[in-house]
Amino acid sequence: MTRPARTTRTTRTKAAAALAAAALTAVTLVGCGTADDPSGGTPAGSAADLDAALEEGGELTYWTWTPSGEAQADAFMKEYPNVTVDVVNAGTATDEYTKLQNAIKAGSGAPDVAQIEYYALQQFVLSDSLLDLSGYGLGDLEDQYTASTWSAVTADDAIYGLPQDSGPMVLLYNKEIFDEHDIDVPTTWDDYIAAAKKLHTADPSKYITNDAGDPGFAQPLIWQAGGRPYATDGTDVTVNLQDEGTKLWADTWNELVEPGLLADIPTWSDDWWKALSDGTVATIVTGAWMPGILEGSVPDGAGKWRVAPLPSYDGSATTAENGGSAQSVIKQSKNPALAAAFTRWLNSSEESVDVFLEQGGFPSTTAHLSSPEFLAEAPEYFGGQKINEVLVEASEKVAPGWQYLPFQVYANSVFPDTVGAAYTDHSDLNAGLQAWQDQLVAYGNAQGFGVNK
Amino acid sequence: MSTGHRTINVRARTGGARRSFSVTRPPKSVAMTLLMVLFLVYALVPIVWLLVNSTKTQGDLFSTFGLSFGHTFALWDNIVATVTHDDGIFLRWLANTLLYVVVGAGGATFLATLAGYGLAKFRFPGRGAYFAVVLGAVAVPGTALAVPTFLLFSQLGLTNTPWSIIIPSLISPFGLYLIWVYTIDSVPTELLEAARLDGAGELRTFFTISVRLLAPGIVTVALFSVVATWNNYFLPLIMLTDPDWYPLTVGLNQWSAQAAGVAAEPIFNLVVTGSLITIVPIVVIFLLLQRFWQSGLSAGSVKQ
Repeated sequence: MTRPARTTRTTRTKAAAALAAAALTAVTLVGCGTADDPSGGTPAGSAADLDAALEEGGELTYWTWTPSGEAQADAFMKEYPNVTVDVVNAGTATDEYTKLQNAIKAGSGAPDVAQIEYYALQQFVLSDSLLDLSGYGLGDLEDQYTASTWSAVTADDAIYGLPQDSGPMVLLYNKEIFDEHDIDVPTTWDDYIAAAKKLHTADPSKYITNDAGDPGFAQPLIWQAGGRPYATDGTDVTVNLQDEGTKLWADTWNELVEPGLLADIPTWSDDWWKALSDGTVATIVTGAWMPGILEGSVPDGAGKWRVAPLPSYDGSATTAENGGSAQSVIKQSKNPALAAAFTRWLNSSEESVDVFLEQGGFPSTTAHLSSPEFLAEAPEYFGGQKINEVLVEASEKVAPGWQYLPFQVYANSVFPDTVGAAYTDHSDLNAGLQAWQDQLVAYGNAQGFGVNK
Repeated sequence: MSTGHRTINVRARTGGARRSFSVTRPPKSVAMTLLMVLFLVYALVPIVWLLVNSTKTQGDLFSTFGLSFGHTFALWDNIVATVTHDDGIFLRWLANTLLYVVVGAGGATFLATLAGYGLAKFRFPGRGAYFAVVLGAVAVPGTALAVPTFLLFSQLGLTNTPWSIIIPSLISPFGLYLIWVYTIDSVPTELLEAARLDGAGELRTFFTISVRLLAPGIVTVALFSVVATWNNYFLPLIMLTDPDWYPLTVGLNQWSAQAAGVAAEPIFNLVVTGSLITIVPIVVIFLLLQRFWQSGLSAGSVKQ
């Protein structure tokens, strides 16, 4: 598995200085505060220090929006009564990143441990905000995680967090609608496009799926198609949104976008939840965490939905990761050993992962993924299908070598203005990708990276 | 409204009635009436939508038409779920909002009254400069100051505390300006001189005489401040990280945002019901105090 190239200390500091002026999202906060530990580097310590820290105890603040966060912290405090963990939901995803970045720049107010999605990790690594956990011997945990999630939290020898969950991509389909219109489960994207045409022709109110232009969705699909549009080496960044794989995805997806075969409904909007309930969309191409959400929040779909492998381009079962988060220790932490110990417990102990799974999460730990109990689960909601068999199979087929940009949060925020236009106009996605690329190159260079130089 | 149309039509046809229009009997216009109806619909439809949809379960929200009722009438269940969800955090947000409004908007009104009155009735060095600064501050939107205020407060260690919301809310240049205008109009200097002659101190004069004369103006400023603080979103959004200190605006947004992503947990029915509960107090305050509001707004517009 290829990993993001390691950045030297000098270049990392340079990039951090460059990023100090960068806005994560809408809020720009410039010039205040300095990094707590500008020297960066690895803390001296070992796994024994973590055990000692747990024994000694202390207080920790943990930012997460994971529904099981509170219950996991309670279980932790029961096991280690000397430690108090204050669980704070500081917002979901980008809302949290904005606050985290603000607190880091302000020099105070950041939590000890924070949940950060894989796609955003690199951004915090480059601004030198995260503690490298390798000094605490957490590298020994590598075997516990799937290769793709471990690679998402590491850069060479440095470990910037431990994986909480994973999202290998699969296809969820509404069997009732498929049966009604006599559609077979598509195994290739060509089949999928044919199914889209058949369904929408037979019933113009129905669509194979929705897509109003979502970077969190397009990029994993580019990943699956073999595209590797981003490469980072220190502050040198390459962006090529017209490489072979990216073009393959865009050309394929054009066949759905241009004729208007996709419902123009933004994913996660109330309209989208409605579309899942009333059958407006017949499939969801998504991460393995979705079945739990569907079961919990779309009661009308009970018995109708099934899980299938992601359609392929050439018959091979390659897939990609969609979503998922790590827990990282923030450098501002006053008690890094304790924070690291909590992170270790959170994402590798049996007790913690069990609580996480009970709430419908999808694990990143191979022991859970391969446990016979997990594989045998056959939820009624999915008509008694052993869905975890399909999901776990997908987790083993994640294509290696994907990297996100060191300014991915910004990149995703401008996706709707550039590529998004192609979705609304039903025009060529390649033109939109080109516009996106131009914007990324300009932004990256303005932030002090050398993009495509 | 329909009778109004008919009257106008009759008049238009018979003609001649036009000359009888006066200031107290302005001419009626179909176009204006239609425009007003449009505005009315525009203003009311979202509220009707909110009322209708707060009676629906999440399933009905997803599966039934927006402006018609669902299969079940779940208003009561929704209210109970809203105030009990996540250990009753909604009530905590409501209490926070009340705290910010009472202390923040109340304090803003008090300070604006003192300062506006002082500026209008006392001569002191630097008065002109002070007034210019206040007038200039009226033009600066609070949102533009939110980020500098954040950096300032973070150096003082006040972020993520209620003070970070209350202190900025205490300042209301517009309220000060309004009280200044109102004082000039409604507090005769002769009256103050008479009070002084009778031996009343300045504070006593202010609290027993001027405050009463200023009452409509004070209520207007209070209403402005209450509405602004109740609806304040951006400042608490960047100041606060702990949901325990959120006001309703930011809290409801967090509930709405949790419908997205890997751990999505949509609770749209609670967001809708929570929004309804959130606007009720402000509507009540408005209806109760609107006569003061109107008289206060016209202060200074006519020279008496």
